[in-house]
Amino acid sequence: MINVIKEHMESIFEKGTREDGRKFDAYRKITVEYGISPKSAEGSAKVTIGDTIVVAGIKLEVGTPFPDTPDEGALMVNAELLPLSNPKFEMGPPTIDSIELSRVTDRVIRESRFVDFNKLCIKKGEKCWMIMVDIYPLNDAGNLFDAAALAALAALKDAKYPEFDGEKVDYSKRTNKSLPLGKLPMACTIMKIGNTLFVDPTPVEEEVIDSRLTIGLLDDDRVCSMQKGGEEGLTIEEVDKMVELAIKKAKELRNALK
Amino acid sequence: MAYTKRFDGRKADEIRPIEAKVGVVKRALGSASFKTGKTWAFAAVQGPKDINRFQQDPEKGVLRCNYNMMAFSGSGERVRPGPSRRSKEISMVTGKALLPVIDLGSFPGAAIDVYIELVQTDAGTRCAGITAAAMALADAGIPMNDLVTSVAVGVIDNKVFVDVNKEEEDYEDGMADIAVAMSVRTKKITLLQLDGFVSREELKKALESAYGACEKIKEVQVKALKDKYKV
Repeated sequence: MINVIKEHMESIFEKGTREDGRKFDAYRKITVEYGISPKSAEGSAKVTIGDTIVVAGIKLEVGTPFPDTPDEGALMVNAELLPLSNPKFEMGPPTIDSIELSRVTDRVIRESRFVDFNKLCIKKGEKCWMIMVDIYPLNDAGNLFDAAALAALAALKDAKYPEFDGEKVDYSKRTNKSLPLGKLPMACTIMKIGNTLFVDPTPVEEEVIDSRLTIGLLDDDRVCSMQKGGEEGLTIEEVDKMVELAIKKAKELRNALK
Repeated sequence: MAYTKRFDGRKADEIRPIEAKVGVVKRALGSASFKTGKTWAFAAVQGPKDINRFQQDPEKGVLRCNYNMMAFSGSGERVRPGPSRRSKEISMVTGKALLPVIDLGSFPGAAIDVYIELVQTDAGTRCAGITAAAMALADAGIPMNDLVTSVAVGVIDNKVFVDVNKEEEDYEDGMADIAVAMSVRTKKITLLQLDGFVSREELKKALESAYGACEKIKEVQVKALKDKYKV
């Protein structure tokens, strides 16, 4: 069955079209809504890419810094592939796919130095802010990687510290102080089927890709993280073309967060 | 001082502003979202699915419900992801609340899965979940003889208040918090959970108030379902 779909995909790709008629480098409509869970989460956002819906929320807790980074705060990114969002997802412990999604999103945020970890330190070696990012797809219509990164970044931008008196966090009161954030990174995933590179896959396209590359990009177009997926290899030229396309598309994705 | 005026200024029998939408999760067989005040629930129906031989019922489908709060949706610290004793119990009573109205005769040996996710919570989450799940089941085309509608009522200082929020729920020790789900058409209660103190008379009054509130909520459920097919 997969082979039949794949052959079909390759043949329509050769004619220059996709199943939903989009161009290879065209994203579906992207929307971003901030503060979707303002009572509960310190920061939250909902991102849609076409029919794909992903929500992300931030909880801020005060904890002890890790021994190897006594003057830094901490970041934890967790994504769960809810069975609500896709008939193929099942209940149970995190699958390898949800762990990959969490970690790829984590690296985009962490490696881009988007969060100033030093400023999250409250008292060296004793107290620091821990940023907990939780990402949930509500409808998986493809391209969860890009949607998850967008949602996480938007939720971080939306976050405000709760009141903290040095001892306890009062979650019922929120300050108007935002997180110490730097320049916005972006993640863009480039897909490959046959000889065609394309972005923003549908679920069917996603199922038959040869390979994919998620590229984290800084605002000056430098690459800050990468993750290759799929079963086929990539040539150096292909990687270069993928980065070129990602740089172009990241600019567009950035606009969605403005 | 006795609690007579509600924190948010509502009348005793007034529900919070509600919003219902059907078909929100395109990749599910049926889905709905339901907001009451700040409590916001999503529900989706997936299936029918193949299940383990030991879980199967050769006569009819098995309904499996799962209630989950998103990690950031609690009112204090982050909620640890994954099932807890609380979420497992709520999942179980949710299933029991929905079962009496649905006919799973056309799915022998299979499972129908209902997933409920809370994006934001301000009390009444199981009720919002059930209300959303009933709409999602209807949207999925599962044969039903009615919707199920659910609301939480509170008894504070001998007075009944419908659709209590978190502030009211935390008002005082002994405040009675009653979660009710019912089939409005038959006026049969399918979920009843109570914490706190309440007299026999108060309970009767509370259940009548819950029925009144459910009638109003059901209108919104029905409208949401009809709106999906509006041309």
